[in-house]
Amino acid sequence: MTAVTEAHEGTVRPYTLSHLDALESEAVHIFREVAGEFENPVILFSGGKDSIVMLHLALKAFAPAAVPFALLHVDTGHNFPEVLEYRDRVVAAHGLRLHVASVQEYIDRGVLRERPDGTRNPLQTLPLTERIQAEKFDAVFGGGRRDEEKARAKERVFSLRDEFSQWDPRRQRPELWNLYNGRHAPGEHVRVFPLSNWTELDVWQYIAREDIELPQIYFAHEREVFQRSGMWLTAGEWGGPKDGETVEKRLVRYRTVGDMSCTGAVDSDATTLDAVITEIAASRLTERGATRADDKLSEAAMEDRKREGYF
Amino acid sequence: MSTTAELTATTLLRFATAGSVDDGKSTLVGRLLHDSKSVLTDQLEAVERVSASRGQEGPDLALLTDGLRAEREQGITIDVAYRYFATPRRRFILADTPGHVQYTRNMVTGASTAELTVILVDARNGVVEQTRRHAALAALLRVPHAVLAVNKMDLVDYEESVFAAIAEEFTAYATELGVPEVTAIPISALAGDNVVEPSANMDWYGGPTVLEHLETVPVSHDLAHCHARLPVQYVIRPQTADHPDYRGYAGQIAAGTFRVGEPVTVLPSGRTTTIAGIDLLGTPVDVAWTTQSVTVLLADDVDVSRGDLIVPTKDAPATTQDVEATVCHVADQPLTVGHRVLIKHGTRTVKAIVKDIPSRLTLDDLSLHPHPGQLVANDIGRVKIRTAEPLPVDSYADSRRTGSFILIDPADGTTLTAGMVGESFASPEPVKDQSDDDGWDF
Repeated sequence: MTAVTEAHEGTVRPYTLSHLDALESEAVHIFREVAGEFENPVILFSGGKDSIVMLHLALKAFAPAAVPFALLHVDTGHNFPEVLEYRDRVVAAHGLRLHVASVQEYIDRGVLRERPDGTRNPLQTLPLTERIQAEKFDAVFGGGRRDEEKARAKERVFSLRDEFSQWDPRRQRPELWNLYNGRHAPGEHVRVFPLSNWTELDVWQYIAREDIELPQIYFAHEREVFQRSGMWLTAGEWGGPKDGETVEKRLVRYRTVGDMSCTGAVDSDATTLDAVITEIAASRLTERGATRADDKLSEAAMEDRKREGYF
Repeated sequence: MSTTAELTATTLLRFATAGSVDDGKSTLVGRLLHDSKSVLTDQLEAVERVSASRGQEGPDLALLTDGLRAEREQGITIDVAYRYFATPRRRFILADTPGHVQYTRNMVTGASTAELTVILVDARNGVVEQTRRHAALAALLRVPHAVLAVNKMDLVDYEESVFAAIAEEFTAYATELGVPEVTAIPISALAGDNVVEPSANMDWYGGPTVLEHLETVPVSHDLAHCHARLPVQYVIRPQTADHPDYRGYAGQIAAGTFRVGEPVTVLPSGRTTTIAGIDLLGTPVDVAWTTQSVTVLLADDVDVSRGDLIVPTKDAPATTQDVEATVCHVADQPLTVGHRVLIKHGTRTVKAIVKDIPSRLTLDDLSLHPHPGQLVANDIGRVKIRTAEPLPVDSYADSRRTGSFILIDPADGTTLTAGMVGESFASPEPVKDQSDDDGWDF
C-alpha cells in the first residue's frame, strides 16, 4: 500500500476511485460492518435526501439479498404529505418493515407539550429514544453528515450512546483506520453515520449519478408560502400563517426535509437534478443556514440536542 | 460536459494537519477553507458575530473549527475534527488534529486514514522537538506524503535562507525516518502567502502553493506489487426464488487486486478454491481493487464466514498467534503486561493477552525506555501479544489495512490501543541508546 506511483497529470491511473466511488465504498463497508456485528439495527428514515441515499446504499450493499434492517421514522405530525407518500411507496416497493414513532401521539397523551414557537423538531428526541429502547435497537443508522454543522464535525462514524441515548463529545472513542468499534453494554446503542464524510454536494451528485427518485418538494414548484423570520414556510394545518403573516404563491424548492414548522423553502427555478446541483454549487449559504430555524436558536443548539439523544 | 460529470470526475484526498499550539494551524486551516471559498456566508457571519461579541477586531477563523462548547469556552481544540472542502480538481477530507504533546493519539487517529500530512513549523523557531515528533508520527503511521509548511515567513522578512535551512534540516530528518516524500513550502497563513494564492513576497520560491500541491499529489497506488487481501465482512445469502443458491462473501478490498478465475485461499482455515465471480455492488466485474466494496463468489462450497480473509493462493500471509507491533495507547486507563484484551484485525475480533511491553519510545529523540511495565495514554511502545486464535497479519509496511489492529477492553468496550504490525520505521535510524532488544530496528 505504501508503494506510490510517480504518476503525473494526465497519466492513466487505473486503480484510482472517483470521489463518489470512494465515498460509496466506504459507506457500504460501514453498513456491512453493522450487519455483521449487531443484533438489531434500524435505519432512521425521514424521506429526506440523506436517508434516501442511505437506503439506496443499503440496497446496493446487500444485493441481491434484501436489506437486513428495518426503517424507523419519527413522524412530527407536521410532515409534508408528499414525503409521507414517498416513504410509504418506498417501503412497499422494497418489502421493508417500517416503525413510526409519533410526536403527535406524545402530545395527545400529554407527555410532550407544544412549544410556543410551534417547532416540533426538538420534540422528536423523546419518541425516538423511547422507541429505540422499546424495540431494543442496538445500532441506529442516521444520515448525519459532518459538513452540516460544527458539532457534527466532531462526530464519530460509530457513536456510542448511553442508556439515556446521550452523546458525550468528550468521551468518544478514537476511530483508527477503518476499524470501527461497536462494543456496547445492554441498554446502550451505537448511532452509525455512513454519510459522515459526504457533503451536501456529494449527496446531490450521487443522487444524479444513481438516478435516485426524490420527493417532488426538492424540485422547484409553485407553492403557497408565507414569510417568518426571513424564511419561506409552507402554509398548512400545522399553524401557519398567523395574524399579520400573508400567504403568497412562489416558485420554490426545499434543500432539506423536516418538520413543516421550521423547514424553509428557497426561491428556485431548478426543476431538474442538474439545475439543483448547479444551484447548490453556486450557493453561498449552507443548507441548514438557509432553511433550518431550529439551528439558529443558539450557537450550540445542535450540540445540545445531540447530547440529549437527537440524531 | 454537464456540471455533474465535471464534478464527479474528481478524486478524493484525505490529509491531516499537525502543528504546535502557536504555529498557526487553525489559521492555516481557516485560510484553506476561506480562500478556497469553502466557508459559506452564514458560517462566516456566525464567526463574525461571535468574534464581535467578544470584542475581537476581525473574524477569528479558529472559530470555524472549534465546534464544541468546551472548546469555545476554553479556546482550545480538544479532539480531531473532520473538515470538507473541494476545488474543481479534487475533494478533500481534512483530519484537523490538535497539536499538543498530550494529544499524540489524536494525530495517530487523523494520520491513520491520511495519505498526506501537513506539518507546520514557525519560521522563527525552525525545527523543534514538536516538529521531530510530528515527523516521527508521520513515519510511524507510514503516511505516503509529507508537506512541511514553514509558516510566518512574513516575520522573517520572507528570507529564502531561513526557509532553505529549515527545509534541509527537516527533509534530512524525515528521510532518515523513512518518510517517502517531503515537499517544503514557505507560507504565511495569516497573510495568505503560498496557501491558496502564490506569494508576491517570495519570488525566489518556484514550487506549488499548499493547495496546488494538495490538488496534484498522486493518490493512486501501484497495486501490481501489493498483496491482495479481502477481509470477509458478511455472507450474502438471499435464499429467494430468483437466487436460491447465491452465496456471496462481502467485503471491502483492503489491498491489491482480485480477478475472476484467480486461485484463492481462505484464512485461517487454509482451504483453497477459485474466484467464480465478483459483484461490484450489484454489477458483475472481472477485476476489482482496493478500496472497492465487493461481493466475491467462490467456485467451491467452502466454509467461509465473517472474520475470514480471502487471499491469492500464491501470496498468502502466514498466520500467527504471536503478534509483535508498535502501538499507540489511546485510552485513559493504562495498558499493562498481562492485560486481557480483544484484538480487532480486519473483520475479526479475538481474545488476546499482552505478553510483554519490551520498550517505550520517546518521540522527541527516538530513544527507548526498556520494559516500562505499562503504557499510558499517548504513549508509543513495542508490544507482544498472544492471540487466542491464529490471525493472518501482514506487516504494516506492506499494508496499512491488514497490518493494523485495535485493542479493545472486553469489560467496557473502550478502544485501548492502535497497533501496527512489524518494524516501526521504514529505514534504520541509529540511536544513542541501543539498550536492548528484540525487534527494534532503528
